[in-house]
Amino acid sequence: MIELVGVNKWYGDFRALKDIDFEVGKGEKVVVCGPSGSGKSTMIRLINRLEAHQSGRIVVDGVELSDDLKSIDTIRREVGMVFQSFNLFPHLTVMENLTLAPIWVRKMPKRAAEEHAAHFLDRVKIPEQADKYPGQLSGGQQQRVAIARALCMRPKVMLFDEPTSALDPEMIKEVLDVMVELANEGMTMVCVTHEMGFAKTVADRVVFMDQGEIVEGAPPSEFFAAPKTDRAKLFLSQILGH
Amino acid sequence: MSVQKKGADPVSWVRANLFSSWGNTLTTLVILYLLWKLALPFLDWALLEAVWWSPDGKACREAKGTGACWALIADKHRFMLFGTYPFEQQWRPALASLIFIALYIVSALRACWRPWLALVWLGGLAAIGVLMWGGVFGLVYVENGRWGGLALTLLLATFGIAFAFPLSIFLALGRRSTMPVIRSLAIGFIELIRGVPLISLLFMASVMLPLFLPEGLSIDKLLRAQIAMILFAAAYLAEVVRGGLQAIPRGQYEAAQALGLSYWRMMGFIILPQALRISIPPLVNTFIGFFKDTSLVLIIGLFDLLTTIKVSLSEPKWSGFGIEAYLFAAAVYFAFCFAMSRYSQALEGSLGEAGARAANKAGREAA
Repeated sequence: MIELVGVNKWYGDFRALKDIDFEVGKGEKVVVCGPSGSGKSTMIRLINRLEAHQSGRIVVDGVELSDDLKSIDTIRREVGMVFQSFNLFPHLTVMENLTLAPIWVRKMPKRAAEEHAAHFLDRVKIPEQADKYPGQLSGGQQQRVAIARALCMRPKVMLFDEPTSALDPEMIKEVLDVMVELANEGMTMVCVTHEMGFAKTVADRVVFMDQGEIVEGAPPSEFFAAPKTDRAKLFLSQILGH
Repeated sequence: MSVQKKGADPVSWVRANLFSSWGNTLTTLVILYLLWKLALPFLDWALLEAVWWSPDGKACREAKGTGACWALIADKHRFMLFGTYPFEQQWRPALASLIFIALYIVSALRACWRPWLALVWLGGLAAIGVLMWGGVFGLVYVENGRWGGLALTLLLATFGIAFAFPLSIFLALGRRSTMPVIRSLAIGFIELIRGVPLISLLFMASVMLPLFLPEGLSIDKLLRAQIAMILFAAAYLAEVVRGGLQAIPRGQYEAAQALGLSYWRMMGFIILPQALRISIPPLVNTFIGFFKDTSLVLIIGLFDLLTTIKVSLSEPKWSGFGIEAYLFAAAVYFAFCFAMSRYSQALEGSLGEAGARAANKAGREAA
């Protein structure tokens, strides 16, 4: 589904990603973890071209990402993204947030898009909030709306960029529950997160990154029980130690 | 700090708010003294001793120094408001001005923010064009060199803002574009126009431009001035819009892009609605400045409101009554600018309230 081969990314002189090879199969759930500044967010932001890579190949669902706007549009239509800071559109109601892209990008009729959106609001368990503005919702509710918004485009892949990092502790669970459900339905997911409980429950594979490199990748049982590298050991001891 | 308590009787209100301490008492007394010395004589001059009617201006000259000469306005108001437009046809610019004001009012009502508003404007502007030019429906043709006064001021301001505002949005987007050619063009235009006084732009438009045009081709003087003003206003407004654009967090762009929205849809649906909303105060500030700047067309011989008022004073029987004439001009400009200012405050409030109202409603339902 997603394939990165020899991908490099520089910010000026700083090399943020070094020869990344990364592959996600259809229906696979991959959790990406690592210390901050390790390039994990940058890597998933390359996949839908929120950042441009300088060398290497990125192929999503058979389409290679290039400077060609057409390839970018095609890929963005198939890839949903959920951000750390929700990034809902504050001047639009929840319903309008959900239907805007289906109407204008997918060319769905308004009625159909609204029924569709109501269905996904139901799935993230906030059907009653459709007419509110994002500012009136709690953080957890906003993030669930953001997930529903991405799902309304019927993506083939969902990218999560630290979806629970900006949430108060009591709201993390409601968002993770929605994500677990989504995973159980067979969605292909790439998830940057420090929620190791989530990784253990749903991930097929955990990828550990440090200093712009993929250091190791293994099924969660293996990775948590016996990390192969010292860097991964150190990282795990830091985040699981408290 | 004084706090006004609701329902308190006047005596205790005065005591609490004006004489609560030595400092307060002193301030109150000083202000009362100044009012006594300044405002009373002004009222005396402007109202009690004023001359309201004097077709030959004799009474005015006798009262000069003690009473205002409003007879000047009474006598010359037709010329002040409509300039050299043929006298017996002046109902036409009067009606045109009323149509302008009606268009402003309709546009100000949020219930009217519908697609048909554009048609209302087209119809209104067409009616104004027919009224001002004539030549059809049995109306006598009046060339635009004879247009003047308030109608001309409203015309310059309305068309100026109506064209400059959309242009400024494109300029602001261009200045933030990632495409170097578009960005340089936008920056070049904005900096060039903004770095030149409006007066010199108007001079160039009225004096220099005709020299460069091929022989036989001439663009109307009013149109040239109008274009110069549009370009000038657009450069200023573009920077205001850019300020609004810069206040929108990156996440909004990224979320729109991640959903697959194209550049223009992202701008039109997500970024500009938010950016323009936060730019309302500086935008209206610029609109108000622009409305008053239309008076600069006097230097290229167009008879806008301020020019007609100035010209009225050149008549021997009214010379020397500049204060009254300019107070009248100030009152007219103030009426329009103050209306704009109040409207922008109401708009900020209602746009900000939309969310708050819904929140209250939700709160009540939950309770």
